[in-house]
Amino acid sequence: MNRREALAATATLLGVTITGAQIFLNGCSPAEKNIRSLNDIDTNLLDEIGDTILPESAASPGAKVARIGEFMKTIVADCYSEIEQKTFVDGINNLMILCRETYNDNFTNLPTEKRLELLTKLDTEASAFNQSKKEEEPDHYFSMIKQLTLWGYFTSEPGATKALRYVPIPGRYDGCIDYTGEPAWLY
Amino acid sequence: MLAKTIQVNSGGKEKNTYDAIVIGSGISGGWATKELCELGLKTLVLERGRDVQHLKDYPTMMKKPWELPHRGRMSNQFLKENPLISKAAGFGEDTAHFFIEDKDHPYVQDKPFDWIRGYQLGGKSLIWGRACQRWSKYEFEAPAKLGYGIDWPIRYEDVAPWYSHVEKFIGVCGNKDGIESMPDGEFLPPFEFNCVEKHVKQTLLKEYKNRFLVQGRWAHLSQPNEIHLKQGRGQCQARNLCMRGCPYGSYFSSNSTTLPWAAKTGNLTMRPFSVVHSIIYDELKEKATGVRIIDSKTKEVTEYFSRIIFLNASALNSNLVLLNSTSNRFPNGLGNDNDTLGKYIGFHLYRGFVNASFEGFTDKYYYVRNPTEGILANYRNLGKQEMDYVGGFTTFSAAYRTRASQPADKPQLGADYKDAISKPGPWEMYMYMQGETVPKKTNHVRLSETEKDQWGIPLLVTSVGYDDNDEKMVKDFLEQSQEMLTKAGGKILNAIDNKQPPGLDIHEMGGVRMGRDPKTSMLNQWNQLHHCKNVFVTDGACMTSTGNQSPSILYMTLTARAANHAVEEMKKGNL
Repeated sequence: MNRREALAATATLLGVTITGAQIFLNGCSPAEKNIRSLNDIDTNLLDEIGDTILPESAASPGAKVARIGEFMKTIVADCYSEIEQKTFVDGINNLMILCRETYNDNFTNLPTEKRLELLTKLDTEASAFNQSKKEEEPDHYFSMIKQLTLWGYFTSEPGATKALRYVPIPGRYDGCIDYTGEPAWLY
Repeated sequence: MLAKTIQVNSGGKEKNTYDAIVIGSGISGGWATKELCELGLKTLVLERGRDVQHLKDYPTMMKKPWELPHRGRMSNQFLKENPLISKAAGFGEDTAHFFIEDKDHPYVQDKPFDWIRGYQLGGKSLIWGRACQRWSKYEFEAPAKLGYGIDWPIRYEDVAPWYSHVEKFIGVCGNKDGIESMPDGEFLPPFEFNCVEKHVKQTLLKEYKNRFLVQGRWAHLSQPNEIHLKQGRGQCQARNLCMRGCPYGSYFSSNSTTLPWAAKTGNLTMRPFSVVHSIIYDELKEKATGVRIIDSKTKEVTEYFSRIIFLNASALNSNLVLLNSTSNRFPNGLGNDNDTLGKYIGFHLYRGFVNASFEGFTDKYYYVRNPTEGILANYRNLGKQEMDYVGGFTTFSAAYRTRASQPADKPQLGADYKDAISKPGPWEMYMYMQGETVPKKTNHVRLSETEKDQWGIPLLVTSVGYDDNDEKMVKDFLEQSQEMLTKAGGKILNAIDNKQPPGLDIHEMGGVRMGRDPKTSMLNQWNQLHHCKNVFVTDGACMTSTGNQSPSILYMTLTARAANHAVEEMKKGNL
């Protein structure tokens, strides 16, 4: 699937006309700069996406506090293959376009419920895509974003110590204790 | 042969002469060093890798997860350049510095074989699995009795006191369970089972006559004794980050224990960056007189001399050293009159993995992390042939709580989602196998006739593969493990034959096997080369058969036994 097809497919899922997407591809000028490489991606945008997936709750801070955007960029740059990097970068572009097509605004300007609405749709789309894709094909870009968010958040200092429980030097191991609703151990 | 252009720096024979030379500083080399130094021998340790000092050279030991730039993952470029070593158990951003890089140490594979190496002072003792079960009488007796190998020249009774000697010094936690197929040792207190492990243990006792799931017997100081405190080691803090190097010296390694202990005697000289080229054989004296090394950085050749030599270069490298130690007397490798050198290579079957989920027990949890795993002692072919294959297998097992998931009808992102997946989820339990393999003549290593390493030493060719016996054992393990977990109320999630190549078990053994008959074996009952008695081989290369227990502690045990024998023989003037 090339980017245009992906865009079209996504647009259909979101209930946006394909024509609109094509107009955009044909040169409708975006409010945000088009992304060509990982470096172009605004870390703040990734922070906000991550913070929508794992926001602050009564129990623990959100992914933004864990500097999730910076983490995502580091891992994609160093640990992703070229094809995975391309999927990620194209995906962020796609997300920005969809956002403008659907809400006529940048993601970072959207209120929480609109952000959740958009990402929930992408999450559903990603699950469907991953189930039907060929094995050698990279995951849907939103799955990448979500995986990076979960991994990065729960291994960050705020995620590991506030959402989960992290004990660097336990001092002992007890095999059997009562459980009364506490967070899980980090590992 | 050495290139003519290389100058041999003899360094003055006297200056380069010791009572003993130990080749390799890993788990068995460290033990040879400790025993020989304690027994008063001026000992030179030759280590091909760099120096690694306890604590000082453990750069990641105190790192928190978020302090690792990629949270444990290696870069894509590294993985592309190192497809072999990055497969190793425990390999990651926090431990990579204790493993080789592929390009530095090539070898030739006739058949797929993953040769995992850690070239530094301490060798793979820094990154070993730490399981320390004793061999049973069955394993020593089975190959000859049941017709799948030559007889071991020793029995359980010969090694039992030496097992004790080693266990007391290194510290092994465990429970005395009184199981014949896995004898008790000198144990420090065990780590507890959790509620699901207890439940499965009880189920197996009820459902089967001879299936004993017991607490891990691991080289951890769960409660240090005086000897361990004297070594400067402290109590295990249950971090379970052993492979980074332990800040408390709580798990056993050469670096934390045997090498510093040996150094205290004043008898130890260590020479890192020393790639052994060959053992020097003197045809007039009819014994080995020393070791020829190549400095890994300067490529300078030096010879060192001694009365006895302990070869502990790691199983396959000890084969390589002997194969490359040729002379008029031994044109096919030192001690190799019968063409068995490099043959009868074995390994452990690690292909089977089964896991299951368990309902219930959700009011129970555990406090942080168990640094050990449970052991289900071998229950197959004990003393008699029962199965359609030979040998047995040990099963390692542990239960744990997964992370909770958000119910499918609720949002899979957002604050509720985050809170939900921060909780512990259902219990799961896994079992994986460590199976005996049959050493066969066809499973062998040899020297490449054409290719050499960066020091001019022939590359090792590995020709080691699976056979039908292995296939049958994997099948039996998978069936039985599913049956056991199901009987205990588990729902099977996976039952996998991962088909991984041999070698990834990091339990390669043999090639310089012990035996009663010099016509069919390389080493006698004291690990001496039959035909060159002042050379002792006491690492994995010496193994006559593979058994099904974790082998490292047997290497340590055989080493201590052989070292004491060597010194007795020296005193008698026999060596």
